[in-house]
Amino acid sequence: MARAVPPARKALTTALAWAVGLLLFFPILWTVLTSFKPEPVAVASPPVFLDFDWTLRNYQDVQRQRDYFDYFQNSVILSLGSTILALLIAIPAAWSMAFVPGRRTKDLLMWMLSTKMMPAVGVLVPIYLILKWLDDMITRRTGIDVGLDSHVALLVILTLINLPIVIWMLYTYFREIPGEILEAARMDGATLRDEILWILTPMALPGIASTFLLNVILAWNEAFWTINLTVTDAAPLSKFITGFSSPQGLFYAKLSAASTLAIAPILVLGWFSQRQLVRGLTFGAVK
Amino acid sequence: MGRITLEGVAKRFGEAEVIPPLDLDIPDGSFCVFVGPSGCGKSTLLRLIAGLEDTSAGRILIDGQDATRVPPAKRGLAMVFQSYALYPHMSVRANIAFPLRMAGMAREERDRRVEEAARVLNLTPYLDRRPGQLSGGQRQRVAIGRAIVREPKAFLFDEPLSNLDAALRVGMRIEITELHERLRTTMIYVTHDQVEAMTMADRIVVLNAGKIEQVGSPLELYREPRNRFVAGFIGSPRMNFIEGAEAARHGAHAIGIRPEHVTPHPSSGDWKGVVGVAEHLGSDTFLHVHDTGLAETITVRAEGEIGLNPGDTVYLTPQPDRIHRFAANGDRL
Ligand SMILES: Nc1ncnc2c1ncn2[C@@H]1O[C@H](COP(=O)(O)OP(=O)(O)OP(=O)(O)O)[C@@H](O)[C@H]1O
Ligand SMILES: [Mg+2]
Repeated sequence: MARAVPPARKALTTALAWAVGLLLFFPILWTVLTSFKPEPVAVASPPVFLDFDWTLRNYQDVQRQRDYFDYFQNSVILSLGSTILALLIAIPAAWSMAFVPGRRTKDLLMWMLSTKMMPAVGVLVPIYLILKWLDDMITRRTGIDVGLDSHVALLVILTLINLPIVIWMLYTYFREIPGEILEAARMDGATLRDEILWILTPMALPGIASTFLLNVILAWNEAFWTINLTVTDAAPLSKFITGFSSPQGLFYAKLSAASTLAIAPILVLGWFSQRQLVRGLTFGAVK
Repeated sequence: MGRITLEGVAKRFGEAEVIPPLDLDIPDGSFCVFVGPSGCGKSTLLRLIAGLEDTSAGRILIDGQDATRVPPAKRGLAMVFQSYALYPHMSVRANIAFPLRMAGMAREERDRRVEEAARVLNLTPYLDRRPGQLSGGQRQRVAIGRAIVREPKAFLFDEPLSNLDAALRVGMRIEITELHERLRTTMIYVTHDQVEAMTMADRIVVLNAGKIEQVGSPLELYREPRNRFVAGFIGSPRMNFIEGAEAARHGAHAIGIRPEHVTPHPSSGDWKGVVGVAEHLGSDTFLHVHDTGLAETITVRAEGEIGLNPGDTVYLTPQPDRIHRFAANGDRL
């Protein structure tokens, strides 16, 4: 759509877009800058923008105190693992909602979404107690860690909290796929598994890919549950960051270095997958 | 091989009864066409046979075996959809091979059959294309190829030609008829185009609001429609219906006469009227005659060119042995 836009208007829109973009990006930029400042400069007032002695000390300090790679590994396990689990559950679920809707499918979808409106802290205590009980009942007896600070528990929780969004996204993508194609597969002798595996999934691949990416990002950034339910064994990068906010002494620069380290992988992922993400998120909107 | 029997099959969507209980027997090897106006339940009936919809009542037998609860994948029927329903992410080759792959057929045998089907359907040059890179007619042929490779017990077609242009439609119509001649497999074909029904079928099932109005060969339906609905539905242009005194003279509530069975004459005949519109097709001329005092319009089909123009007075004579008589409830007398 090549529309003639007056140059003045175009310049204005461009300036505005840049302004909004910079505004949104500024906190990240400030965090990154701070991570290179000596601690006293980090809290200097008025703030120093670029004119300071750049240092990598904070990064060295951070790494000396806690091993970044342990946390990084946990973040990868939890975000990828919970996303894959969520997809495995959500693909069949969205299939049934999109192609064999019942009378209550719409209500079910709304109900799932409504769970996202509940404050998470409201169920923190029960979940904490459940995990503690699992620790007593299973971990102690069998040695298989499924309770507090375990990968299993965190994977289940992260899967469940993102499941509504994953199902919703897949549901909207699946609804774009003509049901007749799936019926044709059924007529061609495909079982339900074949139908989902060979027809639905490949056809919805752009949608599934962007759901995957978005959910990895959401799970990576999840902080409430990971901070509250992990200590070290299963602790991801969100926990890593909190480890550097101490009640005494100067810690802003180190905290910034830790934050920078924590968000760097996801920034890289987001950068390389932005086309896929945008395509997936606008799927169906442009047709 | 492919005899399909419906016993008291009915379908309700919630409260709405789309198909009241009906019985139907489709013999092996026949070419059976379902016709009827839009929304009469043709597709629903076909989908019931396919297993894509569950029956609300009754039994469906395939070769004498109760298939009512058998899932579509296990019924051994192939279906060609109006939208073609090709798998867009697969090549033509993979599309045609899909049912064979699902049946667990070995690769060499699969390839051989796909090549063979492609050859028959003139698809060989397109085997490695995606469906999106084909024309409508080619896509239709791929859909047919996908149906024939696995040698089903019966083919189900749901308005397969309605997305094609007129010329292509005629071509594909002949191809499908030839396919049936060659394979001799049962075909059930849904259409609302009664020309397709008349030319392709060896038996036609006329549906109206989910009810079977009549089952018979095309000529049976043409010659002896069981009621006014079938009489009006089969034949083009439509049969003329006349009520009142003229019908009473024949001892009926209404009489029907097909346009091709009325002879126009400029100066003498039974009924007098005025030519409203004359449609010249070259081979035929359709006259729409008004002011006869019998019905609003009487359509007449005359062979070749005739020298009658709008506004001219015309006399019409029906062939007496071609007059159909109907009772007040629409049944044939
Ligand atoms: N899933 C459904 N839920 C409710 N009603 C339905 C459903 N499918 C079909 N119907 C209704 O059943 C009736 C018959 O539909 P069907 O599609 O069989 O008609 P058709 O004869 O194939 O028409 P067309 O020639 O337009 O394709 C219609 O009144 C339709 O509204
Ligand atoms: Mg239909």
